[in-house]
Amino acid sequence: MNALAGRGVTHDPQTPSLQMVGVSVAYAAGLQDVSVNGVGGNGRVYALQHVNFSAQRGERIAVVGPNGAGKSTLFKLIVGTVRPSEGQVNIFGHGPDGHICIGYVPQRNEIDWSFPVTVEDVVMMGRVGQIGLFRWPRRADWDVVRQSLARVEATHLARKQIGELSGGQQQRVFIARALAQEAELLLLDEPLNGLDLPSQQAIFDILDGLRPDGVTVLVATHDLQLAADRFDKIMLLNRRVVAFAGPTAVLTPDNLLQAYGGHVHVLPGAEQGILVDDCCGHDEFQVISEK
Amino acid sequence: MNLLLDPLQYSFIVRALVAAVLVGIVCSVLGTYVVLRGMAFFGDALAHTILPGVVIAFLLGWPLAVGALVMGVFTAVGIGALSSRGVVKEDTAIGVIFAGAFALGVALLSATGNYTVDLAHFLFGNLLGVTVGDLWTTAVLGLVVLLIIFFFYKEFMVISFDPVLATTLRLPATFLRYLLLVLIAVTIVVSLQVVGIALMVAMLVTPAAAASLLTRRLTPMMFIAAVIGAFSGAAGLYTSYYLDIASGPAVVLVATAIFALAYLFAPERGLLWRRN
Repeated sequence: MNALAGRGVTHDPQTPSLQMVGVSVAYAAGLQDVSVNGVGGNGRVYALQHVNFSAQRGERIAVVGPNGAGKSTLFKLIVGTVRPSEGQVNIFGHGPDGHICIGYVPQRNEIDWSFPVTVEDVVMMGRVGQIGLFRWPRRADWDVVRQSLARVEATHLARKQIGELSGGQQQRVFIARALAQEAELLLLDEPLNGLDLPSQQAIFDILDGLRPDGVTVLVATHDLQLAADRFDKIMLLNRRVVAFAGPTAVLTPDNLLQAYGGHVHVLPGAEQGILVDDCCGHDEFQVISEK
Repeated sequence: MNLLLDPLQYSFIVRALVAAVLVGIVCSVLGTYVVLRGMAFFGDALAHTILPGVVIAFLLGWPLAVGALVMGVFTAVGIGALSSRGVVKEDTAIGVIFAGAFALGVALLSATGNYTVDLAHFLFGNLLGVTVGDLWTTAVLGLVVLLIIFFFYKEFMVISFDPVLATTLRLPATFLRYLLLVLIAVTIVVSLQVVGIALMVAMLVTPAAAASLLTRRLTPMMFIAAVIGAFSGAAGLYTSYYLDIASGPAVVLVATAIFALAYLFAPERGLLWRRN
C-alpha cells in the first residue's frame, strides 16, 4: 500500500529504464488459435518467448510485428497486468510493481469516450497515484495538469468532454495524462492509427520534447515506414525478438521474412523494395524501399 | 399546499417519505457507477439473490437487513470470484447464481403460511410499513455508502474509466472492485423496503441514466442523479397516496417518467433537440 502514499521506487540513473531477461509468457492451457511457431519445446504455447533486451533512458523505440506477434503482451508485461511465466522484467532495476512512473496510452478503442469526464479530469487521473488515498488534488496538482496540457498544446480543450475531441486530440490528451503522471517510461499502443499526417507530426513533436527529460518511449505501430524514419531503434517482434537495433540494421529482407513469414514479398530489381502485407485488417501493402 | 401536507398527518407516511428520499439519494449516487460500469444486470441479479437471505432472516425472526446483508455481500463476492477465474463468463455466472438463489428464496417462502402477501412485500417493497428502526438502519448504512463513495471518489473514477491506468498507478484495483460490489449489495439491502427486489435495478439505474443525459461530468452527474432519485421517492409516494397504487412501483414510474423527459428534451442529446 506504500505506493499509494507517493512514489514507490526511486531510480538510479545508471540502470536501464527497461530490461527484460529471458522473459517468456505462456498461454493458459487449452487456448485455441495459436500458430505453430508459438509452440514451445515442452508443449506449452507461448505468446512471447526468450525475450531479452534493454532500453536506455531517452530512447525512442518502435515495436513492430504482425498481428498476434505479442506487441500487446509485451506492453502488458511492462505495465504489470501480465506476469512472465519465466524470466524477469526490470524497470529501472526493479520489478514493475512499485513503479508509478509507467505511462500507458491505450488504443483508442479501449476507452469509453462517452464517460462523463472532461479533458482536465482525465489528465488529473494521472496524478491519482501521487495524490494518494483519502486526499484531494491540491493546487500543485492542478498546476501539473495545466503544464501537461500546455505541453501537448491542449490547454484550450481542458473543459471539453473527451468524446468531443478528434482522434489526434484524444491521443495528445492521454499523453498529457502520462506527463502528469511524471512517467519516465511511456508506452503508446498504436497511437498513429487513423491519424492524418499533421496529427501524427504533432505527436512526434511532443515525443521529441520528452527526449531531454530522459523519457523512454515505446510505440507499437504497424507502420514500418514511420518506424524507419522516426525512431532510434526498432524492435521486430514475432513471439520472440527477431531483431532489435537501429532501423537500417533491423529492416532487412531476412529479418522481415522471419517476422512476417509468407506475407513478405521481396521484389527483385535495381532499387530493391519489400512488400509487407501485415494483415492488420487494413488490406494494405506497405512498401519499404531499401536505401 | 394541503395536497402536500395532508398526507403528512400520518406518521407512517412521514417515515415512508424519509425512507423514500434517503433511498432515492443513496441508490442514485451509487447507481452512477452502476451505469458507467455497465453493471445493470449485475445489480438486478444481486437484488434477486438476496431473497433467500431475507426469507431465512424472516423465518428465524431476525432483522431482515441482517439476512439480506450477509447474502448480498456473499453473492457479490461470489460472483466476482466465479467470473474472475475466467472459466465461466461473468453474465453466465450471474445468471446461474441469480436464478438459483431466487428460486431458493421463493421455495423457502412457499413453505410458510402467508406466502403471497409476504412475497409481494419482498418483491415490490413495503414502503408504508417502514418502522423507526428501519429508518435508522437505512440512514446509517446509506451514510456509510455515501462516505465511502466520497473518500474513494477518484480511485473509483480511475478503475471505472481506465483499469490499466489503475494498474500503472498501483491502485488496489481488486480491493476497489470488490468494495464497489459490496456497496451495491448494501445499497440494495437499504432499498429493499422502498422498492423491493424486483424493481431494485430501476432505482440503481434510472436516475443515473437520466442524469447521464444532462451532464458530461461525473460529480454533477452524481448530484443530478441524487436529486432525481430523491424527487422520485417523494413524488412516487404522493402519487401512490392519491392514486391508491402500490408505492414501490409508483416511485419507479416517476423515475422512469423523468428519464423519458431527459431522453426527449435533454439539451444537445435529447431526441427532440437533435431533430431541430
